[in-house]
Amino acid sequence: MAKEYRTIRNDVALPYQWALGKTWTRFFDGLKEERILGTKCKDCGKVYVPARSFCPTCFTDTTEWVDVPPRGTLVTWTLVNASWYGQVKEPPYIVALIRLEGTDCDFHHYVDGFDITDEKERKRKLKTGAKVKAVWSPAKNADIRDIAWFAPVK
Amino acid sequence: MGNAVAIIGTGQTRHGRRSDACYPDLVREAVTAALEDAGITLADIDGVVLGTMPSMMEGVSSTHFYFAEALGSVGKPVLKVETCGSTGQSIGHCGFFWVASGMADIVLVVGSEKMSEGDGQATMTTVFDPFFQRTFAAGAPGVFTMQSMEWMYRFGIPEEKGREAAALISVSNHDNAMDNPHAHIRMRVTMDEVKNARVITYPVRLLDVCPASDGACAVVFASQKAVRKSGRKPAWIRGLGFRGEEFFYGESDKAVWMSATEAAGEAYRQAGIRDPLKELDVAEVYNPFTYQEMIFYECFGFCPRGEAPDYVLRGTFLKGGELPCCPSGGTLCTNPIGATGLIRMAEAALQVTGKAGERQVEGAKLALSHAMGGVDQFNGITIVGSTL
Amino acid sequence: MAREEHRIVKGQVLVPYELALGKTWSAFYDYLKEEKIMGKKCGRCKRVLVPPRSFCPRCFEDMEEWVEVSPEGVLETWVYVNMPFFAQEIRIPFISAQIRLDGSDSGFIHRVAGIDLQDFEKVREIVKLGGRVRAVWNPEKKGSILDIDYFEPVD
Repeated sequence: MAKEYRTIRNDVALPYQWALGKTWTRFFDGLKEERILGTKCKDCGKVYVPARSFCPTCFTDTTEWVDVPPRGTLVTWTLVNASWYGQVKEPPYIVALIRLEGTDCDFHHYVDGFDITDEKERKRKLKTGAKVKAVWSPAKNADIRDIAWFAPVK
Repeated sequence: MGNAVAIIGTGQTRHGRRSDACYPDLVREAVTAALEDAGITLADIDGVVLGTMPSMMEGVSSTHFYFAEALGSVGKPVLKVETCGSTGQSIGHCGFFWVASGMADIVLVVGSEKMSEGDGQATMTTVFDPFFQRTFAAGAPGVFTMQSMEWMYRFGIPEEKGREAAALISVSNHDNAMDNPHAHIRMRVTMDEVKNARVITYPVRLLDVCPASDGACAVVFASQKAVRKSGRKPAWIRGLGFRGEEFFYGESDKAVWMSATEAAGEAYRQAGIRDPLKELDVAEVYNPFTYQEMIFYECFGFCPRGEAPDYVLRGTFLKGGELPCCPSGGTLCTNPIGATGLIRMAEAALQVTGKAGERQVEGAKLALSHAMGGVDQFNGITIVGSTL
Repeated sequence: MAREEHRIVKGQVLVPYELALGKTWSAFYDYLKEEKIMGKKCGRCKRVLVPPRSFCPRCFEDMEEWVEVSPEGVLETWVYVNMPFFAQEIRIPFISAQIRLDGSDSGFIHRVAGIDLQDFEKVREIVKLGGRVRAVWNPEKKGSILDIDYFEPVD
C-alpha cells in the first residue's frame, strides 16, 4: 500500500437567505441613497451606526432615526496582507474602525484612496484621529459596500 | 440534585416564517417576553445560556457572539451548548446546573433557530460523518423513518395500524395547535388528508412531518430565594435525565432506544415517579415525526413495547385522555430546532403553573418535557411540578 | 416607489476542508479497492464492527484484529427517500438502508439499488425488511464508500 494515512477533500457549501429585519433594511436603503443612518436611544441618548433596533446598553427599542455625516475620525486600522479562502477583497487592503461624527460607536470599513502600499504615505495619512470621509461606490446594491471605502482628508 | 431550582418565567416568539425580523431581533423578542413574565430585568440575571443547531444552520458561527446584545449577556457570563435537536433540553439542564450549584440565583436560558434562512436538511446531513454515512443520509426524515420501519417490523405492528395511529397523532396535534397562539402551523387536517399527503420518506408523508420554523424561546431559572423574591408561581424542576449513544447509525438498537428509555428512567427516579402513565398529568414529547412519537411513548413507559399504536387509537394521549400529550400542538406543528426542546420545557412549566391558556390541561401538577437530538443519538427529559 | 419594510439577503457560505481518515479508515478503503469489506473485532466484547473502529465504543479498548465480513447480509431497515435538498449526493428517489452484514455485529449504512425505484408500490414488493441483500461493486474504485456501488436484493 502506498500510504498508511490519507485525507479527503470535502468542501461544504450551503445557501442562505438571511432576514435583515426592518431596521437593517432601512439602513441599507439609506446607503443606496448615499445616506448613513443611525438610531438614537431615547434613554441614554447614544447614536449607533449601523442602526440598531434596540439599545445594547438599555435594552430598550430605539425609535429615533438620525442622519449621520459621511465623515469621521480614524480610531484604529491595520493593513491586511494575508489571503484566505473566500476572501471578498484582494490583499493588500486596509480595514479600520471609524468614529463617524455625532455617533457613539465605531464603524468598521475599509480605508483606501491613496497608495496604501507606500509605508511612508500610510504613516503620514493614517494617524489616530485623522479625518476620513466616505467614498461612495458608483453602483449601489443596498449593502455595506455601497460605501466603497473611507479616504483620508486633509 | 443540588439546590432547589424553579422556572419563574417563559417567553416565546410568534413562531413561523419570520422574514420580518433579523435573527438578533427574533431572539430579543423571546428574551423580552420571558423577563416580563418573570417580573425581572436584565440586571437581575447572573448568567446566560444559549443553544442553537450547528452553526451551519445559521450561516453565522458561534451565535452567542452574534446575539450578545439580544441575549442581554453583555457584561455577564455566557455559555453555548449544542446537542442538535435535544439542544433545548441540554440548555435547560445547563441553567438548572448553574442555579442548583449555588453559583447563580437567576439564569436566563435561550434557544433559537431561523430555519427559513438556511437549508435545514442539507445542514442536518452534515451531522453525519463525511466518510461513511453522509452519502446516504437524507436529513432528519431519512433517519427517523428508518427507525420507525425497524420498530414496526420488530414488534410486528401491521403497516396499516401504524399508519392509522400516526395519522391520528397528526390530526390531534394539528387540532391542539389551534389553541396555541405561538404555533407555526395552525390548520385542521383530516385522517384522509394525512394518509394521502405527498410521500416524503415512505411511509412518512408531508403531514407526518414537522415544519421548518423560525422562533425563539427564553426561560428564567431561579433559586428558592429568587423564587420568593419574584412572587411568581414556580414550576419546580423535579427530575432530569440525559443519555447519549454511539455516533454511527446502525450500531445501537433504535427500536427499543436505550438513550430515550434511560433518560426517562433517570428523571423518574429523581422525581419519585413509578407509574408515569398514572402519575404524570401532561407530557410535551418531542415529536417532529408522528411515527417516532409512538416509540417515545414506549421508551418513557407510557405503555408496553409494541403497543403504542393501540394506546394511541384508544385515545390515551388525546386531550381529555389519561395522559394528554403535546397540548401545544407539539414539535409537529412548530419546530425552530434549537428552541424546540426548551419550548417543551416552557410549555410543561406553563401547564403546572396554570398559565397555559386555551391549551391548559385542567389541574395539571406534574409534567414531562423531552427532546431528542443527533442521528437518534441523544435524549433529554425534564420533569416539572407545581410543588417541590 | 413604495419602500419594502423588510427583506432578505441571499448568500452562500463555502468552506473547504481536508479531512484525515486516520489509519483504520484509510486501511478500510484500501481493502474496499480489493473488493473486501473489513471490520474490526474487539478483544474484550468480541463484537465485529463495520465500518471498523480504532477503538471499541463500548469497551473503550483499542481494536486490533481485522476481520473480513461477508458482502451479503440482512436488511434491518430502509427508507425510500423522495426529498431533495441542496448538494444531495445521490439523486432521488433512492433507498437508504441499514444492513447487518454476515459476520458483523452492527448495522452498515448504504443504499439499495439495482431495481426500478420510480414506483414505490413496486419497490416494496421487492425490498423487504429481514430480506437478504448483496454488495454490487463499482468497477471504478475511488477510495470512497461508493466503491460498493449499492446493495441489491437477493432472491
